[in-house]
Amino acid sequence: MSALTVTGLCKAFGGLQVTSNVNLNVEPGERRLIIGPNGAGKTTLFNLITGEITPDSGSVHLFGHDITKTPSRRRPHLGMARTYQIITLFSLDTILRNVTLALLGLSPLRWNPLIDLDQQHDLVEHAHAALVRVGLDHIAARPLAQTSYGERRRVEIAMALAQNPKVLLLDEPFAGLSIDERRDVQKCLLAIPRDVTIVMIEHNMDVALEFAEHITLLHFGEVIVEGNRAEVVDNPRTREVYLGH
Amino acid sequence: MSFLTPQRAAIAAALLLLVTLPIWVGNPYYINVASQILFFAVFALGLNVIVGYGGLVSLGHAGLAAIAGYTAALMLAAGHGHFISDFAAILVTLAASAVFAVLSLRGTGIGFLMITLAIGQIIWGILYRWSSLTNGDNGVNVSGRPAPFGISLASADSFYYATLLVFLAAVATMAVFFRSPFGASLRGTRDQARRMTALGYNVWLIRFLAILISGFWSGVAGLLFIYYNQFISPQVATLTASAEVLLMVISGGTATLLGPIAGAAIVVIMKNVVSAYIVRWNLVLGVIFVLIITFMPEGLVPGSVRLWRTAWRKLSRRDGVIPAKTEPTP
Amino acid sequence: MNLWLTLAVNSISLGGLLFLLSAGFSLIFGLMRIPNLLHGSFFMLGAYLGVSALNWHINFWVAALLSALAMTLIGGLIERFLLRRLAGQELAQVLLTLGLSFIVADVCLMIWTGDPWQPATPEHLRGAVQVGTLFFPIYRLVILAVAIVIAIGLWLMIDWTRLGAMIRAGVDDAPIARVVGIKVSQLFTLIFSLGAALAAFAGVMGAPYLSVYPGLDFEMLPLALIVVILGGTGSLLGALVGSFLIGFLYNFGQAMFPDLAYVILFLPMLLVLVLRPQGLFGRAMP
Repeated sequence: MSALTVTGLCKAFGGLQVTSNVNLNVEPGERRLIIGPNGAGKTTLFNLITGEITPDSGSVHLFGHDITKTPSRRRPHLGMARTYQIITLFSLDTILRNVTLALLGLSPLRWNPLIDLDQQHDLVEHAHAALVRVGLDHIAARPLAQTSYGERRRVEIAMALAQNPKVLLLDEPFAGLSIDERRDVQKCLLAIPRDVTIVMIEHNMDVALEFAEHITLLHFGEVIVEGNRAEVVDNPRTREVYLGH
Repeated sequence: MSFLTPQRAAIAAALLLLVTLPIWVGNPYYINVASQILFFAVFALGLNVIVGYGGLVSLGHAGLAAIAGYTAALMLAAGHGHFISDFAAILVTLAASAVFAVLSLRGTGIGFLMITLAIGQIIWGILYRWSSLTNGDNGVNVSGRPAPFGISLASADSFYYATLLVFLAAVATMAVFFRSPFGASLRGTRDQARRMTALGYNVWLIRFLAILISGFWSGVAGLLFIYYNQFISPQVATLTASAEVLLMVISGGTATLLGPIAGAAIVVIMKNVVSAYIVRWNLVLGVIFVLIITFMPEGLVPGSVRLWRTAWRKLSRRDGVIPAKTEPTP
Repeated sequence: MNLWLTLAVNSISLGGLLFLLSAGFSLIFGLMRIPNLLHGSFFMLGAYLGVSALNWHINFWVAALLSALAMTLIGGLIERFLLRRLAGQELAQVLLTLGLSFIVADVCLMIWTGDPWQPATPEHLRGAVQVGTLFFPIYRLVILAVAIVIAIGLWLMIDWTRLGAMIRAGVDDAPIARVVGIKVSQLFTLIFSLGAALAAFAGVMGAPYLSVYPGLDFEMLPLALIVVILGGTGSLLGALVGSFLIGFLYNFGQAMFPDLAYVILFLPMLLVLVLRPQGLFGRAMP
């Protein structure tokens, strides 16, 4: 059974067709890279998969369950987590609190108005564990406002990992990073175990290529090439899209 | 960690001051002012749940307090007992808060504010115009204060202590609430609502429940208000009344526990002092509003803390002591 | 039959007044993204200024224009020196207008006392016109005529002038309008002054019929608010339709269910909020 299946997904904003008849089939444990130039509809595809946008037609299945009509807020509970291209973190809180919030989102404790959140050792320990995985535990107590851009990217990843997802959607995790920071992020991604299926969007092909086994090339909202790394790189249409004829 | 931290010492001192207040104040007039401060503080703490922690600014909360007050006053006037009237009043207020929430949560930000303002005006309109039910502008008299466990609340002292108990209960639950997971969830919806949805939170329901909590404490404050004044009129539900509570929250500093309490004290004292000399309370209210919003938007408590820190730093520098610039990371 | 007709005529003239009030409110909201909680105060202060001018035996129309002119100035000053300081902080701006409205209310109470003022209907506008067997009071019709003239004027300005094009651009997307070189902050001052002037003019027009009294400000403000929620922000057509709808509801509600008239007024607003939050003629609310 596939981890994530997208069938005939279409979405138009007014007259603009952002995705047209997109099909994806991601196997459990796979590392899938979705590439495409700016405006190819990559982030829209993510938003459709996570339910932040409702598709005009088509369906999304998670491990065989049809989740097309499942509200966006239910999907993390079904094992789907994502990061954002534009960092949207809780800037007034500490790194630890950011990750704790991610954990709390899946815990029934989130409705409890009568206990002290900081005393929920289970949550706090799990948050620390997630921060260890991205190598940020030593600055867990630092307010987010005092962190670097690269650190914030890793906090994003820690928040997604903390939710212990079965399918992890990464929206341009390398965007805007320096070479050193890229290496740090790459290290956290490579350390993610195989029981997590990863779908990653990247605008810049070189960065993510070595990470991916299977690549989908999106152009003007359509899948134009799909296959393993060599197949996609060698495909003339890939060159056409990326090099311009 | 030592038992007597500065924070605990301050809390103990404040408690002691509050408990002994009738003794060292003496004059019933000032004890009554203290009671007013306390029940307005309960109201402001209730409003602060959504304004400070939810980021939802309401200009209709006086309507919710008025619903509680009117329900109790009308039931008492119909000959029901205090317990059943107050209980019914809180239930009705919660139901009204639920309707209030469903309607107002159709908007966020300014949209939310506009809808709450409109709802507040509707409530005022009902109280003012539906005179066969509410006695219109003449208001409703409340014949006496309750006597829980046989203790009469008729005197200024005893009413003060009853109000103090309710106030302490409100402060304690708020203090717990703000540190709780639900409090953190609510703050999250204020800062990054979309992200919270993506993390698995039901943003709408969190806000809805926060409005209920806020409505509950507004209702409690409304009950204290009618027992204090032994009278209620549509005046309680005016936009001015809603703006006053909002001013308490904003002037003290939102999203803090102490802010709304300080704000309530400032506004109530100003109101009593000003109306003793001139009749222009609305003018003063407006001017304070404008000044605070323009010059100290973060509120008086955080604003004063900021000024105090700056002054302290300057003072210590003069003494040759270099203060730590940032807190050490553990 | 005659009662209904009277009610209808009253509804239409109230609708006209409401349009003068809410057109400015709607444009300010559309452009600056804030509900101007001073709008009822502009209406009341304008009415008081007009009443004072009438007491000096100034011609009715001159009084209305003078009041509108004074309000243009006051509105402009408020926008330029107070609201501008808080540019970008919508919430603070709204609260500022609220605080100012309390100040205006108290200052009016100080100057004009708590007694209601009702200027006489100007002589040349008294009486009624007879159509068949029906009589229509002239003054009510004049209010309607003025509202129609101003509606057409505003529509021409918004849809056919360069200024109107800039306003439309600002309403659609202020940041982009800025980028293409439109001085949006000047538009803010202009629209705020214009809104204040229209509200004051409506106040004077309404004075012989509603009279002027303390509390009129917060009676008119919610009406403008409902009209704009109904019609949709920044939409003149919405303000027009909403105004007449509310004019009818107010008068007929008052006659048929006097206890609940005020509630009936808000019912369509609640319906619109639940079914179509962007208003009948508007796009998404902020």
